[in-house]
Amino acid sequence: MSTPTSTANAHRPAMLLPSRPPPARQHGPWQWVRRELLGSSSSAAITCIIAACLLWQLPHLVSWSLLEAVFRPDADACQAARGTGACWGVVVEKYRLILFGRYPHAEQWRPLLATVILLALLVASCSRQCWHRGLLVAWVAGLLVFFGLMSGRWWGISLGLSPVPTDQWGGFPLTLMLSTLSIACAFPLAVLVALGRRSDWPMVRAVCVTYIELVRGVPLISVLFMASFMFPLLMPPGTTPDVLLRVLAGITLFAAAYLAEIVRGGLQAIGRGQLEAAASLGLGYWATQRLVVLPQALAHVVPGIMNNFIAIFKDTSLVTIVSLYELSGAMGLAVNGDPNWRPFKLEAYLFITLIYFACCFAMSRYSLWVERQVTHR
Amino acid sequence: MTPPIIQFEQVNKWYDQFHVLRDINLSVAAGERIVICGPSGSGKSTLIRCINRLEEHQEGRITVAGIELQDDSRAIEAVRRQVGMVFQQFNLFPHLTVLENLTLSPIWVGKVKPEEARERALQQLRRVRIAEQADKYPLQLSGGQQQRVAIARALCLTPQIMLFDEPTSALDPEMIQEVLDVMVELAKQGITMLCVTHEMGFARAVADRVVFMDQGQIIEQASPQEFFEQPKHDRTRDFLAKILGH
Repeated sequence: MSTPTSTANAHRPAMLLPSRPPPARQHGPWQWVRRELLGSSSSAAITCIIAACLLWQLPHLVSWSLLEAVFRPDADACQAARGTGACWGVVVEKYRLILFGRYPHAEQWRPLLATVILLALLVASCSRQCWHRGLLVAWVAGLLVFFGLMSGRWWGISLGLSPVPTDQWGGFPLTLMLSTLSIACAFPLAVLVALGRRSDWPMVRAVCVTYIELVRGVPLISVLFMASFMFPLLMPPGTTPDVLLRVLAGITLFAAAYLAEIVRGGLQAIGRGQLEAAASLGLGYWATQRLVVLPQALAHVVPGIMNNFIAIFKDTSLVTIVSLYELSGAMGLAVNGDPNWRPFKLEAYLFITLIYFACCFAMSRYSLWVERQVTHR
Repeated sequence: MTPPIIQFEQVNKWYDQFHVLRDINLSVAAGERIVICGPSGSGKSTLIRCINRLEEHQEGRITVAGIELQDDSRAIEAVRRQVGMVFQQFNLFPHLTVLENLTLSPIWVGKVKPEEARERALQQLRRVRIAEQADKYPLQLSGGQQQRVAIARALCLTPQIMLFDEPTSALDPEMIQEVLDVMVELAKQGITMLCVTHEMGFARAVADRVVFMDQGQIIEQASPQEFFEQPKHDRTRDFLAKILGH
């Protein structure tokens, strides 16, 4: 609008101005760079410093990780390139040991298939179209197949596969199974404990508080030690459950205590008005929690919950301490046991880092999606 | 004469040391429309919240639809199925759509089939003239619309009694009328209504009886005409002067 019209407007009685579109904003990569990276002198300076650092370091990184790197599983070539190029040969040489641990070499198709099944179930569970009763059936069946494949039998009944005891399980399947099952068990337990901590019954409250405070006061490593070494001493001989089960229970109980506090934070955000509305509609305690309180409370704490899930996933690496060689333990086993390849542990570490990162990144993206799903405004 | 649908006999209640309800005696006949007013802190909200046991009383007897309110949770739930309540802050469930807000209780408490609950819910939404918003979420609606949804939600249980706890106090002035219109219409249909409100126009138009409370006591109850034109007590006159004076 030009100036004369606007002055003219001032003298006229108020009239409805027509709505008009916002001023056009310039798009395109160059505009973006000018606006976001060079918008002010300080941001231009920071941009220059960062660009200089990248230009200084990037060539080294590219040359070390790609140009000078050795990709053949050749320990002598790796030794020759030491210091100038990465030795990806260690991954080529040892990937089966890293991925599957001490699982018998000839039988490694079994953990591979088991992992694929578990991953497929996890991916399916993330999508809303799959949320019906069939998924539950698929999970039960999938876990039965997983354990059947891994151990070669069900409760002592042979499946025609050679039996593999749990202390030989290892690598990525173990990491995936431990984290999936402990998260799946810890979450409902955590919800119950969080509700219990806010219960009207003093005994329930006391039990929940004690549990949370006890578990939070202890490092996971000592929980695993107790599950692995102390627990069998307390049981009559021959009745001790499998070490895997004990470790699983240990991680679950540990994770649930932390999760419970996150869930409690969400519960506190729900106002009294919601409870009163539910009560006035005749909903009982459990119906109120399930239909009114928890859907809102959990929606508030999705980021915290996912944070915890990711922590559990990485915490499973601590089971190495009780001689269960999950992904990171199996990597150590693969590289430390072989003097030829021991110097190239860094590259092996980078390899499992990539696997951990891929899983954790997927979890955090999924968490963002869930957040979008539970926002209703 | 049929027995009263709500009966308070010598009811007393304390919040900690604070004596909030004092010797309340009140009986409400089925179909009666009652407006409860009084200065803030006089116990009027507490009084109606005792009817569906959102608050417990410590002394006396409260009987609702033939059921005496005691610690028995079955009895409480039975009473709550007969009593709909509308709150000052609407208290809709923000994670559910309007329609889901309405069908939640019929499906889970009333064991109504989902399709039938949906049908009934839409009917109630038409009654409060808001059926076109059925699939929206509460926070996408204006205050007046939310309160009308809340009324429809309370009606979905087909209650015999409706309680309104300052239903228009949290609304912008231009939205009060749309809610009052719905309440007036409801009043014409013969449901028992107890309404805590400062809307004296509403009281005049629909109430069979106005109950005035102060400091936890029922000071005076009378027909609207008598209440507004010949209030008996000084405190009532004071209150009316303040509330109608401006």
